[in-house]
Order: sequence, then structure tokens, then C-alpha cells
Amino acid sequence: MSNLLKAASSPHIRHEDTTAGIMLDVVLALSPAAVYGCVIFGLRAVFVLLTTVITAIASEFLWNLILKKPQTIGDISAVVTGLLLGMNLSPYTPLPIAAIGSVAAIIVIKQMFGGLGYNFVNPALGARIILLVSFPSFMTKFSEPISDVISSATPLADLKATSIKTLFFGMHSGCIGETSAFLLIIGGLYLIVRKVINPIIPVSFIGTVALLATVSGENPLKYILSGGLMLGAIFMATDYVTSPTANWGKLIFGIGCGAITFVIRRFGSLPEGVSYAILLMNIITPLINRIPFSRPFGYKEVKTDE
Amino acid sequence: MARKEKPLKPIRRIHGGAKLPHHKNSAEIQTEVMPAPDTVYIPLSQHIGAPANPIVKKGDQVFVGTIIAEATGFVSAPVHSSVSGTVKGVVDKVLNGAAAVKCVEIESDGEMKIDPDLKAFPVNTAEDIAAAAKACGLVGLGGAGFPAHVKLSPSKDTKIDTLIINAAECEPYITSDYRECMENVDGIIAATYLLKEKLNIEKVIICVENNKPKAIEKLMEVATNKQDVDDTVKLMKLPSTYPQGAEKVIIYSATGRKVPLGKLPSDVGCIVMNVTSLAKLYDFIVTGMPLTAKRITVDGSAVDTPKNLMVPIGTPISAVLKYLGIDADIVERIIMGGPMMGQPVSSLDAVVEKRTNALLIMKKDERARTTTACIRCGRCQKTCPMNLTPARVETAYKKGDTAAYKTLNVNYCIECGSCSFICPAKRPLTEVMRIAKIHLGGSKNE
Repeated sequence: MSNLLKAASSPHIRHEDTTAGIMLDVVLALSPAAVYGCVIFGLRAVFVLLTTVITAIASEFLWNLILKKPQTIGDISAVVTGLLLGMNLSPYTPLPIAAIGSVAAIIVIKQMFGGLGYNFVNPALGARIILLVSFPSFMTKFSEPISDVISSATPLADLKATSIKTLFFGMHSGCIGETSAFLLIIGGLYLIVRKVINPIIPVSFIGTVALLATVSGENPLKYILSGGLMLGAIFMATDYVTSPTANWGKLIFGIGCGAITFVIRRFGSLPEGVSYAILLMNIITPLINRIPFSRPFGYKEVKTDE
Repeated sequence: MARKEKPLKPIRRIHGGAKLPHHKNSAEIQTEVMPAPDTVYIPLSQHIGAPANPIVKKGDQVFVGTIIAEATGFVSAPVHSSVSGTVKGVVDKVLNGAAAVKCVEIESDGEMKIDPDLKAFPVNTAEDIAAAAKACGLVGLGGAGFPAHVKLSPSKDTKIDTLIINAAECEPYITSDYRECMENVDGIIAATYLLKEKLNIEKVIICVENNKPKAIEKLMEVATNKQDVDDTVKLMKLPSTYPQGAEKVIIYSATGRKVPLGKLPSDVGCIVMNVTSLAKLYDFIVTGMPLTAKRITVDGSAVDTPKNLMVPIGTPISAVLKYLGIDADIVERIIMGGPMMGQPVSSLDAVVEKRTNALLIMKKDERARTTTACIRCGRCQKTCPMNLTPARVETAYKKGDTAAYKTLNVNYCIECGSCSFICPAKRPLTEVMRIAKIHLGGSKNE
């Protein structure tokens, strides 16, 4: 045989979307809210975000280097994790604590369970919870925008005092990236248009919270615009790895997240329920994925044959 | 007089499907007849089923259309000479892949003389149609290579009411069926009404994807022909969502019927015929010329001017390259068929077969593809026309969990390639599905 050619299994063409491309889209979608956070909270916020992103990349780089694994920082997932974590922190978070958060996210939650695709909870979310329980006093120190006055309460603690407009556009205290519902929704719409995320989870998540708030006599708009709900529902609950793949599964997941969030906020002693709600639903995602929502094409007929 | 009529819309739409780049570069290029190469190697097995049995020996004179090998069973097909010349022998030759296959080697005299014994094959009954398909050596020209007479001979107790003419041509690049529609609409009209009458078909649905407006216009002539007095021949415009042309998918789109696992189209009352197969069958009935040449689309990054070539069956790919003036040294990959389901060609000794409908000749791939871990985006699941979960099959495969293949229904996979195509992590999902199917005990779904 002469002139051997390269032979590979079909298909011989691939879609242009790549893992890194999807991650880049998420970074892009997060950036308006992140930039806004930096504008209203100033340099402190910039440093927190830089710390979390750089530490996340460095952690993954070193992990692969030390364990002699193929380098994976090129898939940009560490940037997403770092950025999400930073946006979920108060601008007053001491930088070493922010760095510890990134190390926990990448090393403990992601790489120790097998790296990208194998983590059982969203790394940024898990890390935020680790920091919340480890350093509660640092994690609940917030500041008013522009001014440097430290206050301990976000609008969530006193919903009546803040107007819907303020909540929507984000000129209030809170975590760096969670304040502007408007910019987060724009980012979410971008991801939906780019078909990176499916709207089922955010819509059912936010919808459930709004519905339950209305039923219990609260103002649903204030409920959904405050705290980390928008950031969590659009960017953390939609994490591919830790949310169900089938549409019905996504719906169960979204409703579950919404219900738990509402219960924690309304009846719990914690100020914020979004993180724990997503965490709990992350954990049962493998179970949701086991539910056979759909049958293969031509399945029923075989059953009746037998 | 042609009636004013609009194409039908699909009855049902499949789950998933992929939007592919069409690359139908050769669509408006007239078919060009390639002259006979010096030597052809005609494989005895160009179909699913038992290989044909050679009936010629070294030194025999043959003509275009002379039978050189007989079918050896019900699921088998005869083979005919594609050139005029001298038989050099029945040889074992490595064409494509590692195993040698039996071929009849024929040295062409370059004159392409037609066998004088060829004569029309008159048909009166449904059995005659099947016999004609068998004598013609006709196999599924859409790429499957399933002997055509088998599907034209359904068992007595199955009622066939619908004939689906498959002109979907859903694979990128390929335009050979499209050219058939454009260049031979009269043959398609005649074949359609002949089959409809002889097979006692109630309804004929001609299916075309909506990315071929000119073919839709042409084929409308079939549906509005004056022979269609009771208006039972319809044209259907399918969405150009891959794999629209897959047998199960096209039946579902055209009739809403689902072919169950392990069953045939005839079990739901349908016969699906590729448009080129249909036209060839009619040509054989009228002229007696069996299947000896095939129109193939030649395209790909190494091809400057894409073409539709009529090539004698058994022509080595090296001869096609030489005819087109393509330097073999720049070629890195050749795919026989479409980019989604086509077979890779491992050597230029491979030959054009009955079921070949395209040769995609590629230069070195400029973009490197990096595979990452599965990010569980669920796109493979969303795209799968059979509603399967390829990523979970891959997980089971990596764990060696062969027991999971059954619960994950891998035997439903039609190997269309959509999952690998769509995967952003560039994982070899279709390849794994194939392996899993083999583990599960062969593919029962084809």
C-alpha cells in the first residue's frame, strides 16, 4: 500500500463552539455587572476580583504542574470560577481571605473531585459557603456605594427601606457583582441568545421565588431584585456540570432552588438563602439526571410488541 | 397542465438535529463524465449481505454492463463490469482498511463499448420490479448499500401504502442527488408513476430539504404531473436539520410514523427510496443498463473546482485525483461520502463503489482541535435525533460499565455523528457510541 492517508472516525467536521469559547462567553456576560461593581465600590472591589481570578488560575496551574497532569488553564473555566467567586464577595473582604476562597474553589471543590466536569457543586458557590462559615464576620461586612462608610446590612436585611429602582440598577450595598439586577439580566440574555444557557433554570428559579413571595404577602419585585438571587439564578444555578441536562430536570432544579431560597429567606435565620439553595440542588442533580424524562425514538412501539 | 400546488410541511419534527454548514459548492455544476481509467477493481461486496460470486475468469472479454458476479442469496446483489476490456483476474486487494477484499480486476480498452446483449426489462407486477432491482445490481445509493430488491419485496402480510422518495441529501457538500433531480426529472417522473402503479402505492411523498429551492421547483413537476389524476403524489419540504435524510427520520417527518427498534420501514407501511436509486431502476427497466457508474461529488479543501463526476464503479481514487489534476502529496485526508457519516479512506487504492456519493479531499487541517473534559452542557443529548444521552454513554464506557449500555439504549443510535459534531469539548462521542453498540451485540437499528 502506498501513500497512506490520515483516517479518523466520522464525523469529519465539528461545530465551531469550544469549551473555552463557552467559558469566554460567560466571562463576557459577567463583565458588565463586575465592572459596575468596581465602579460603585472602587479599588477595593478591583483588588478583590483580581485576587480571586489570579489565584484561581494559579491554583489550577500549580495543581496540574505538581501532579504532572495536562495543563487545563486554557479552557478558561478557572477564570469563570474566580470571577464568580469575587463577584459574590463583599468589597471589604480581606484579600488573603479572597485568595483562600479561590484555592478552596479550584483545589478542594474542583480538582480533588476530578477537575472540570466532575465537581459535584459549583466551585465558586462552594467556596463562598466555605468562606461564609469560616470567616462570618468578614463576609458580612458591606459598604455603601461610592462612600466608604461600612454598614453591616444589605437591602435584604431591611427590604422596606430600599426602592425598587435602586434595587434594579444596583446603587446599594452588597457583594461586588450582585447589586445590579439590570446588568445581570443583560448578561443572562446574552448567554441565552448565544445559546450558552437555557432560560428554564433562571426563569423557574426566579419565578418560584416571586410566586412564593407574593403568596406570603411580600413584595415579589423587592424579593427577586435583592441579595444574590439574580447572580445565583443566572450564573451559578446554570452551571452545566452541577445542573440537570434534560429540560424537565432543569425545571425541577429551578423550582427546587426557588423554593429553598424562599424558605431560608422567609423563615430561616440566615440573611441569604440563594447559595444554600443552589448547593442543595447541586447535590441532588445526579439523582434528577437519573430520572428517564425521555424515551429514545421508536421506544414505545417496542414495548407494546413484547 | 400543471396544477398550482405548494409543497407539504412535515407531519412531525424530530427531537434535536443539528444545523450544519451546507457547503453545497458543486450544486450548480453539470455532471461531467469521467473517462474510463486504465484498470478498474470492482469489489464483489459493495452491499450489505453476502458477497457476489464471480462468474468471469482471466482473459474474458467484457463490456459495460456485462454481469461479472452473481448474487449469492436473497440479501445480496450482482455486480457488473463498468468498462469494456479484458478481465485480468479475481484478485484479493487491500482497497480501504486493513483487510483484503475480493475484486474483479478489469483492464479497460478505453472504448466503453456497451454490452450488446443488454435489453429492456419489462415489468408488469410488483415482483417484476423487485426482480429488476436485483438484476440491476441496485443497492441503496444514499450510502447505506442495502440491496434494493429486498425492500421492494415486503412479505405478503405487510401492507405498503406509502413510497417516500428521499431527495433530502442532508449531508454537507454532497450534491449528487441534487444533480439527479436537476438533470433527470423526466426519469424521476416516469419512475415514480411506474412504481406507484406496479407496487399499488396509495401515496408518494417526495422529500427535499428546504436548502434546495431549485430542486423543489423541479420536483414539483413530479407532483403536479398529469398522470397524478387523484393527487396522491406530494412534494414535502423538510427543514434542513441534519439528519433529515436518515431513514427513520424521514419516515417520521413524512408520515408521523415511528419505526420501532429493530424494525424496517415496511413494518410501518413505508418504502423509502433514494432519488438516484429510483431513477437508476427506471433506467434499467427501459434500457437494461445495470448500475455501472455513479455520480459523485468531488469537493473539499484540496479541490479548487468542485465537480459532479460520473465515474465507472471500481475506479481507483488515485485515478480520480489524476483526472482532476490534484497533487496526491498535498492530500491529508479523503472521505468517501459526507463529512458526517462518510468513511475515511486510508489509501489511494480505494475505489469508487455503488454506494459512494462523494469524495471529500482534504488538505492538512489548519485548526488544531483540543479535547477538553466533558462540561456536561447537554448539547449531545439535545441534538441526538434518537433522544439518547451520548455523554452518559461515554462516562459508562470510560468506567467499563458495559451493563449501563442497555439502560442507556445505545442500540437505538443511528451513528449520524451529530453528538460528536456538536460537542464543544470535542469528545469522540459517536465513536464511543459505535463501540458501545458493538459491545451490546451488533447494531439492530440499521
